Order: sequence, then structure tokens, then C-alpha cells
Amino acid sequence: MAQAKPRTLFDKIWASHVVEALPDGTAILYIDRHLVHEVTSPQAFEGLRLAGRRVRRPDATIAVVDHNIPTTDRRHGIDEPESRLQVETLEQNVAAFGVPYIPVLDDRQGIVHVIGPELGVSLPGMTIVCGDSHTSTHGAMGALAFGIGTSEVEHVLATQTLHQRPAKNMRVEVNGRLPAGCSAKDIVLAIIGFIGTGGGTGHVIEYTGETIRGLDMAGRMTVCNMSIEAGARAGLVAPDDTTFAYVAATPFGPKGEALERAIQYWRTLPSDAEAAFDHSVSLDVADLEPMVTWGTSPETVVPITGRVPDPDELTDLTRRENWRRMLDYMGLMPGTKMTDIPVDVVFIGSCTNSRIEDIREAARIARGRKVAPGVQALVVPGSGLVKKQAEAEGLDAVFKEAGFEWREAGCSMCLGMNPDKVARGKRSASTSNRNFEGRQGPGARTHLLSPAMAAAAAVTGRFADVRELS
Amino acid sequence: MEKFTKLTAVAASLPMANVDTDKVIPSRFLKTIKRTGLGAHLFDPLRYNHQDGSENPEFVLNREPWRHAGVLVAGDNFGCGSSREHAPWALLDFGIRSVIAPSFGDIFYNNSLKNGLLPIRLPEAVCEQLMADAAMGANARLSIDLERQVVIRPGGEEIHFEIDAFHKHLLLEGLDDIGQTLEHAPAIDRFEEKRRAAMPWLPATTEAAS
Ligand code: SF4
Repeated sequence: MAQAKPRTLFDKIWASHVVEALPDGTAILYIDRHLVHEVTSPQAFEGLRLAGRRVRRPDATIAVVDHNIPTTDRRHGIDEPESRLQVETLEQNVAAFGVPYIPVLDDRQGIVHVIGPELGVSLPGMTIVCGDSHTSTHGAMGALAFGIGTSEVEHVLATQTLHQRPAKNMRVEVNGRLPAGCSAKDIVLAIIGFIGTGGGTGHVIEYTGETIRGLDMAGRMTVCNMSIEAGARAGLVAPDDTTFAYVAATPFGPKGEALERAIQYWRTLPSDAEAAFDHSVSLDVADLEPMVTWGTSPETVVPITGRVPDPDELTDLTRRENWRRMLDYMGLMPGTKMTDIPVDVVFIGSCTNSRIEDIREAARIARGRKVAPGVQALVVPGSGLVKKQAEAEGLDAVFKEAGFEWREAGCSMCLGMNPDKVARGKRSASTSNRNFEGRQGPGARTHLLSPAMAAAAAVTGRFADVRELS
Repeated sequence: MEKFTKLTAVAASLPMANVDTDKVIPSRFLKTIKRTGLGAHLFDPLRYNHQDGSENPEFVLNREPWRHAGVLVAGDNFGCGSSREHAPWALLDFGIRSVIAPSFGDIFYNNSLKNGLLPIRLPEAVCEQLMADAAMGANARLSIDLERQVVIRPGGEEIHFEIDAFHKHLLLEGLDDIGQTLEHAPAIDRFEEKRRAAMPWLPATTEAAS
């Protein structure tokens, strides 16, 4: 018998979800999980209503609010009328279409990409979609997870499938012992700095190598989360014992014999040894340093020991102009040492870095120190469950004593759709994933970094090398 | 979805790489529950002065004749970033029916196709030529013929572009792709049944939210 062609993890998940392969190379792809939030779903439900369609599989769908909700006490509702309307619209839609929903005041409420894995809703081998580009986060489970637009949200609600063309395979291999002071966030910022914001376009990135294998699930989620920042629609990490232990501890994942059977299947998923990738890059992190972005694109990143670069060193004129514009927006001079740049706001949160592991890292630096005068520092757990866990460990007290604000779960200052915004011209050290112009509020200047580095910035009032604080 | 067959329009050029969707339509305008009305906020950070909300007279879409642009010629990686379909909705609401660029963010590209906004990938050098055409303003309209898959420059030169046959068909006919997929409903039923039998351990979301 001829040997079957070696396949990648992506190829295997793809093949197992093809409902129908079409002659033009596209496929009707089955979707196992559909996560829904308030911002990208109203027009989709309206579309269903207009066409007289129903939700095909409410039991494969789960809805939660995260983008719009305030992170202060929510028992009295939402003040901002447009945000309130969007949340109420979701609540009416889930009721009308019978979609399972986690209410605002429930402990399980949180950022959609935090709660999926945490609850055991996102599992290995699945196809998972959400009307949100950071759905790539769930790829850390060994699932094919990608963001979709509102028309596709409607398509999945109506058919539980998507009409898709297979992506190309890209492998990013990361080896080397992760130095002290560095985290998954520094790895992924370094990867994006290396391959660029368009480096993964058209591809699904599988992260491999001993460093990735050595990351816990939170770290793998941080890495997969930012795949979209490298242009890839999805990121993947092969499921292994770390994954299975994580799933076993989730409240709603399979248990007992069901879990055993699932694991047996999940063990067949990793890429075959000989599988071909369309594109491969590798990175050694043995000499990695904590990273900080300086511009308005996630690829504009330097080590904390570095300086703001000089556009005049570029030969490409378009890029030079681009860098100049960024520096102008960011209010930075070429040659400035990163550690000389003062910060006004510190945000620890977002679907990139708001899990309990991230909160612990930040608390380790905050413990026994004080937020620098004039700095506003926010800690926003990714979910109500993360918040509860942190409080059980006394971390909320650590932050509050240090002068950080301890908030309720949500997207918060990651994109400022709720009241948490960075004011115009203010400089923010943020653990989120996008430093685009205006992302955290009109005119806000965002620098991306790890939770420990964010906490270090909060207590020193400038970007600081966390290795000198630990 | 509105059909897309042929278009002749003023083209505006936006010679910037990596124009992300936060720049196309910032998040504070995503609080709508409708698809319409977003054109006023298209490119808000570039188009308006933040001090008083007045128009930035330098920005191409605030100048004649590009206020009436129907085509946008943009830089590399246009529409990268978030999945917000508000980006194509805002472009359409403004009156832009086609964006031409060397490359696009994947989700933006898909979202555009589903709304009758035609994204056209052309090599960088060609885009630069089209930008030069666009700079000539009203005397230099670009035409696009989707059936023949060509962009026609003001001088009559035709430039071929690629688009997959499926989306071309949907755009030409103005069809909804959910309707197309529902024709496969029996196959979806069969797939679902097999999957349920093979993987009974897949939990229902109803448990997680109850
Ligand atoms: S935390 Fe930020 S990136 Fe993540 S889903 Fe919310 S808004 Fe999007």
C-alpha cells in the first residue's frame, strides 16, 4: 500500500472538516464552535431575521459581551447609550435565536478569547470561528481558529459552515532557552519584528520547536493571539500533554472516559515528521531581550536596551516616510534610549495577556513597589474566573497596595470602546496586541510589551528593563 | 448585495502601506447595529482635524474631484488588522466600489467580496502607475470591467487582474452566498451526523452557559 502523503496539523484539521470539496479547490468547511460578541453580530442576526433563517446549531454557539462593557461596577448597567444598545441588542438576539449566553454579571463572563479555552468550549482538533481577528488565540489548543467578518458570522449562524479556500502552511520554529525576564510576549513580538506584519499573509502559522513546547497554555495563547499581527489568519500549536492537562482542568471540557477517547484522537493530530510547509522560518531565543514597540505597527519593535531607530537609515523611501509619520505620531526622536521614554498610562489586560499567569507575572513586579506619581495603571483580568482566582491568591491586594486599579473583566483599554481610553497625546505601555494609531483612543500613543515589562513601566514611570527589577 | 459589473469612476490614491482597519474606521464608530451611515467616518483620523473636527484640506478625499471617488488605489497590505466588516461598509457608504492594492489583509479581502466591494490585487509597479493616473483627477477616470477582469487606464490600456470564479459570479449576479451554501444542506446534515457519532465527547455549549 502506498504511504499516505505526510500532512501538517492544519492539513489534518482541515481535511476532517470538509463537508464538500468543490471543483475550484475551495470547500464547504464545517465549524465546530462559533463564539459571538456584541460588536460584530448585530447585523448578522438582522440578516437572518430579514431572510427568515434560524441559527442552525445554537448548541455549537456561545455568546458573551466583552468589547463595550465598563470594567467598573456593572450592577447598575451601562451608562453610554450606544454601548448599552449594542449589549441589549445581543441579549435580545440570543434570546430570540436560542443561543447560549453568558450574562454580564456571571463569573464566567470575560473576553471571548479568554473564556473559550478556559471553559473547555475550545478544544483541540476543532474548527473555531468568531467575528474577531484574535480568534487565532484558540489555535494554542491545537484547533484551527480564525477571525471572520459579520457576513461570515451570519453564514456560520445559518449553515454551521464556511466556504473557504485552504490556507498555505507556514512553520515558525522557536528554539533556545528563554532567558530570564522574557516571556511568550517577547517571543511573539520578536517573531513579528522578524517576519513583518505581512509575513504570514495567506498562511496558517504552526509554531514549533522546544521553546514553544516548553510554554504553558497561557504563553501559547499569547503567541497564537498575535499571529494575525503577522498577517496570518490563524496560528497553531500541536496539542500535547500540556494541552491535555489544561483541558482536563476546564469546567466544561470532556471528562473521564470521554476525555481518554478524545486524547486518543488528539494524539493523531500533530504534523507528520515529513510534512511539507510552504514557508519556514526559525528563531533562536537564547539571546532574546524583553521587547517594546516604538511605532504604530507591531513589527516596529526593539529590545528594551535599544533606541528609537532613525528613518534616515532606511534606503526604501516609502518605508522611510512611513517611519517618519510613525515617529511624528508617537512623539519620539530617533536615537532616544527606550529606557528614557516616560509613560502616562499602563494597561495590563486584553486577550493577549490577561490570564492568571500574566496577572501573576505583573504582580511579581508590582509587589512591594508603588506606581510612579502621575501614572495611571490598570489591571483588567480577562474573565471573571481569572479575577476570582487572582483574588484568591491575594494578587488584587498586591496591585491595590501598589496603586494599580483592579477592574472587572473585558476588553477595556485594548481598543477603548468602553470608558477606558488613553487620552490624546498620552503614552501607554500596554500588554495588548495592537499599537495602531488611535487604537486605545484618538491620538493615543501605544507601546506593546509583556505583563512584567508593563508592571515595570508602571512602577518606574518609564520603560524599564524588567531584568533590573526582579 | 449590489451587483458589480462595470464601473467608471474618479480614482483616489492613498500611497501608504499597512493602512489598518482602525484607520479605515476607528473602533468608536463600531457601536452601530446597522450597516449604513459609516461613510461620514471613513478614514476619520486622516480625514478630519482632531482639534475641531473640521476637514483636513490636505487629505485626498476632502479635495475635488476625489470627494466623488469610486475607486481607491492604496498601498501594500491594505485593510490589515481587525475583522470589522465596518471597514468595507464605510468605504461603500462613502461611494467607493473598488480598492486596488498590491496586497490586502485576508479578512478585509473576504469581507469586501461579500459586500459588493471589489478588491483588486495588482503588482506594486502597476499600482504606482494607477496612482499617477488618479493624480490627474476628473479627466482621468479608471474603468473596471469585472466580466473581462480588466482595469482600464484613462489612455485605454487594459490591465488584467485575478479573482476566483466563485466570487466573480456572486459579484456579477449580486448573489448571497448563504443561499449557495444552503444548497449543500443534505451534505451538511450527513457530515454532522457522522461527526456526532465519531466524537460523542464534543460538549455542547449549552452546558457551559447554563
Ligand atoms: S481584548 Fe482587544 S484584541 Fe482582544 S478581543 Fe478584545 S478588543 Fe479585540
